[in-house]
Amino acid sequence: MRSMIYFDKVTKIYPDESIALDAVSFTVEPKEFVSIVGHSGAGKTTLMKMLIAEDRPTHGSIFLESKNIHRMKKSEMSKLRRRIGTVFQDFRLIPNKTAYENIAFAMEASGKTDKEIKSDVPYVLDLVDLGNKMWNFPHQLSGGEKQRVAIARAIVNQPDIIIADEPTGNLDPVNTHEIVKILQKINELGTTIILTTHNRGVVDTVAGRVLTMEKGKVIRDDKDGKYIL
Amino acid sequence: MIFTYFKRIVRTGFVNFWRNGFLSFSAVIILTLSLTAFGLLIFGSAFGRTLIQEVKNKVDINVYFTLTADEPSILELKKTIEKLPEVAEVEYISREQALSSFRTKWKDNTLILQGLAEVGSNPFPAVLNIKAKEPSQYAGIAAFLGSKNSLSKDNIAIVDKVNYNQNKLVIDRLGRIIPSVQKTGSVIALVLIIVAVIITFNTVRLVIYTAKDEIAVMKLVGASNSYIRGPFVMSGMMYGIVSGILTLIVLAVFAYYTDAAVIKFAGAKDVKDFGLIINVFSKYFLANFGQIFAIIMGSGIVLGALSSYLAVRRYLNV
Repeated sequence: MRSMIYFDKVTKIYPDESIALDAVSFTVEPKEFVSIVGHSGAGKTTLMKMLIAEDRPTHGSIFLESKNIHRMKKSEMSKLRRRIGTVFQDFRLIPNKTAYENIAFAMEASGKTDKEIKSDVPYVLDLVDLGNKMWNFPHQLSGGEKQRVAIARAIVNQPDIIIADEPTGNLDPVNTHEIVKILQKINELGTTIILTTHNRGVVDTVAGRVLTMEKGKVIRDDKDGKYIL
Repeated sequence: MIFTYFKRIVRTGFVNFWRNGFLSFSAVIILTLSLTAFGLLIFGSAFGRTLIQEVKNKVDINVYFTLTADEPSILELKKTIEKLPEVAEVEYISREQALSSFRTKWKDNTLILQGLAEVGSNPFPAVLNIKAKEPSQYAGIAAFLGSKNSLSKDNIAIVDKVNYNQNKLVIDRLGRIIPSVQKTGSVIALVLIIVAVIITFNTVRLVIYTAKDEIAVMKLVGASNSYIRGPFVMSGMMYGIVSGILTLIVLAVFAYYTDAAVIKFAGAKDVKDFGLIINVFSKYFLANFGQIFAIIMGSGIVLGALSSYLAVRRYLNV
């Protein structure tokens, strides 16, 4: 089976000479649920940024289905990002758009019709149990609700991959549990999920593959879902 | 699909303009100030042109004829002068017209009219009032008249005197002052326009700076650059349209009150001495409304759209 994602000796050195990633190599197969764990500064977020081409590696290459994502044209990059749903610790919702509009924007960006938007947005908001708050602005939502809107936005275009960078970092245990359950459900439906966290509970609940990072290197690749740090 | 694409951009631009209340308000105020500066420059230039025209109108050279000069010879000279390329206008005042206007002017002064009656015959010579296209051209016209001084029927001189030399000082000064006033005006206008454009660009840049994280998110969900930029450019155009309307209102109010102030300053009795300057702003505003509307609205829309376009470009490299 062809790998979905392939990190080939990826190194990232920032202008202040700090090494965020040090020759990181790994592959991710379709439909996998991969948790990346590590202390703060281990390089988890940098790795995620590389994957969505928000940042470029200093050395090495990242392939998505055999295509080097950092050699893509701008138009190809936009298309690639429509195939990847992103969820961040700080939610990154557009503040002057309602929950409905935030999700609709992702669909508009993908060129979906008004009819599709009108039927799909309420549907995904119901999936994340926010059907009654679709016209609320982000500042009118709690942290857990914002993260559920972010997840709804990430899944609405039925992406091949969801990248979730510390999605439960700002949430209480109840909301954390709910978000993890939603991500698991999405994974069961066939979406590849890559999640960074330093929450042991999340990793144990997911019970999938765990990559452990330290000082910019992958020091462990555990198929059995163990959180060891 | 293209229609839907543009419909979404326009709708989002409108919604953002409305929802970003305070930021939009700030941008509109700054843009209004810049456009008002444009408008006042337009008014200033119109006022300058009118003032110059008014002064030019007051300057002419007058050819006084001998009392014996016959009308056909004068009219023939008038025709010759009118053919000169430097000449804008020639007015002929016959001896009778001169006498009649004198009588009208002094109709309430019996002493003067009595004196005139004692003279017996008409003491006023016929006159040609000549206006040149430019003050600098009077010297040439005067030289021409000098050479034609002998032009007369039966070789009798009909021109008594030409008052160019009396007006020469004023004419020469005008010839020097007008071009330098125009040049200085253009430089000041250019500097003001540059300042207004820079201030507007920076204000819009600040407005868009507050949306830089939003732009990054849009990029990350896969929106194309044009789809992200479109609503911002649309909002920029909205700043231009709203500012344009406000500016036109400000200019109309300015024209009305400034004209009223000039009339008040001149006083009701002497108001006609102000000639073209009376109601200059209102007249100019009404006569050229289409042009002013197009300049103000066009500048506002282009300035708003262009500054938004350039400001967003900085944040699209995600």
